[in-house]
Amino acid sequence: MPLYAERPPLPSDDKRWRIVNGTMRKHGYSRNALIETLHTVQSSFGFLDVPAIKFVANSLRVPLSQAYGVVTFYHFFSLKPPGRHTCTICTGTACYIKGSEKLVAETEKLLHIKVGQTTPDGEVSFTTARCVGACGRAPVALLDGELSGQMEAAELKTQLERWTTQ
Amino acid sequence: MNQEELQQIAAAAHEEREKFDYEVNVCMGTGCLSQHSDQVKAAIEKEAAGCGKRCHVRRTGCMGLCAAGPLVLVEPTETRYGHVHAADAPAIIASLGGEDASKLNPRLDPHLGGYFAGQKHVVLENSGHIDPEKIDEYIGRGGYEALVKALTDMNPASVIEQIMKSGLRGRGGGGYPTGLKWDMVSKVKGPQKYVICNGDEGDPGAFMDRSVLESDPQRVIEGMAIAAYAIGATKGYLYVRAEYPLAVQRLTVALREARRRGFLGNGICETTFNFDIDIRLGAGAFVCGEETALIASIEGKRGTPRPRPPYPAVSGLWGAPTLINNVETFANVAPIIRNGGEWFSGMGTDRSKGTKVFALTGKIQRTGLVEVPMGMTLRHIIFDIGGGVPDGRKFKAVQTGGPSGGCLPEEHLDLSISYDALISAGSMMGSGGMIVMDDTSCMVSVARFFMEFCMTESCGKCVPCRAGTVQMHELLSKICRGEATHRDLDRLTELCEVVGATSLCGLGQTAPNPVLSTLRYFKHEYLAHIDEKRCPAGVCEFSSTEKPVTAEVHA
Repeated sequence: MPLYAERPPLPSDDKRWRIVNGTMRKHGYSRNALIETLHTVQSSFGFLDVPAIKFVANSLRVPLSQAYGVVTFYHFFSLKPPGRHTCTICTGTACYIKGSEKLVAETEKLLHIKVGQTTPDGEVSFTTARCVGACGRAPVALLDGELSGQMEAAELKTQLERWTTQ
Repeated sequence: MNQEELQQIAAAAHEEREKFDYEVNVCMGTGCLSQHSDQVKAAIEKEAAGCGKRCHVRRTGCMGLCAAGPLVLVEPTETRYGHVHAADAPAIIASLGGEDASKLNPRLDPHLGGYFAGQKHVVLENSGHIDPEKIDEYIGRGGYEALVKALTDMNPASVIEQIMKSGLRGRGGGGYPTGLKWDMVSKVKGPQKYVICNGDEGDPGAFMDRSVLESDPQRVIEGMAIAAYAIGATKGYLYVRAEYPLAVQRLTVALREARRRGFLGNGICETTFNFDIDIRLGAGAFVCGEETALIASIEGKRGTPRPRPPYPAVSGLWGAPTLINNVETFANVAPIIRNGGEWFSGMGTDRSKGTKVFALTGKIQRTGLVEVPMGMTLRHIIFDIGGGVPDGRKFKAVQTGGPSGGCLPEEHLDLSISYDALISAGSMMGSGGMIVMDDTSCMVSVARFFMEFCMTESCGKCVPCRAGTVQMHELLSKICRGEATHRDLDRLTELCEVVGATSLCGLGQTAPNPVLSTLRYFKHEYLAHIDEKRCPAGVCEFSSTEKPVTAEVHA
């Protein structure tokens, strides 16, 4: 029996699954394409849920435990859907020396959530990053993925308020 | 592709440049882009189109001085302007052919505080001068000469000999002689060998690799191809952090271009040498900078290290002999082959040759990337190039080597930078982060910061690192809260020794370094926290200084 017959069908009609499938096909459905495929799922859907992990694990014939292990091992993968907006504050050494801790505290106070959480209305997700490599511009925040350097608490506050009051 | 064809491409690239009298290069690295250098470029382009001068506006990679971004470099006069706004475009274009633009717009200072004097660019020689997505511009500046030379005039053994002669040591932190590593892999027999470029720049506070990958990706590809030829590999992997989207995008383009020009693929340069490179994305795990963990990650597994030996040189990716080098190491290869090993060993100190790129950040006037010859003093880098500590504050310490390194105080400022000198001073070269701290930084908190980093980044495979970092972090937090006793300090020192001696990989083995180095040079700060319940830098907040010490009894 040909190998592809054993592969699970796409979870839904969602076109994004075809992109995910494309990544796996590019790597010949090899087991070591696990991380690459998970990257594609995350960039297409924004996060990884259990059905998605199951689909990828079954398609690549990787034990579900291994796939789940990989997802939870790497910080880049998220099991929760992100909010409509994302605020990421870099907490690398250069940013730390330049006071990123204060920015984190300020954001937590303003959004009433802790690092790693999303506001109850699903508007803003707040995370920290280990280092985004823009240390020359420290302290750095990524607002909806866009990098802003030499961030000040007041500036951050204005931006966050714009999101929360909309 | 052969020597002649390469020269033809280079000549065509020169001809293309000859069409213009002036070149205006706009930095489009991550740092400058975040300050809208794309708008600056658009404005300059618009201005240049209508000015009647033969002027070429080019997108380039990082120019180094991120503090003064967006940066613009005008050639052939080599004039650099910082903090350029879109509104400054007319002044820059009007100044072409005359005096520098500060006459027309005093805000445009072409001197930038002497940041570039005293630097020596080898790895960064093309950064800021070429468009990173155009392979022909790289060839126009001597690119791929080294690969063609190696493939047509040299055998693998003589390539390795040149690398040995150069004295190049691994730039990822360990400082292992690159030539020896190549020699080792070349001597292992195997049907398939691999070359891996470690671009998992996890050290917080370091961005040399990102900058090289964004500004001059072809240089890394060329270095990898030469390495593959030397050791007999046919397949390469470039492992890059997913946090560097711009670097990934430029690398993808660069690989496509290199294939188009025939520097990757089958029968490269009309020889029997085959080699191709794939990109693998990291997923945010610091431990993947360790070579065996990185290999596990490329294999699609959790990035946990394994005991060595066997070293990757013998049994690496899928059990095959594997060469792993850092981005900056590969970036040094092409110039060494082009100019010969002796040229390279003429720079630097006795046992540390060549130049090193440092990411100068923290409490310093001019933050950015610097490339200096080995042997330069810390004082020269921090005060002459970096401009010293701003706001009239006092220099307190410089941190090198990331979470594996240490903090060096003022009395070590005259230390000449080399792998060995830094280690004997209690720090290390690391990948090249250099974070300056002033008197507002509490050294105990800094040690705690690094310990927290190691604690969360510990992969959990071996007990000393997994449990030890948690305990050390708790002890450091206790000191910061002003609740610690001298016994806690003794226990911390003891744990440092145990974790350092018994951990499986470099992460755990070096995790105590920030604590040990701050204890060595700033013990008085620890004692002030413990004895006087006082933070000399005024950073730590103590819950209540009068609180009596309560002993906890565990049943």
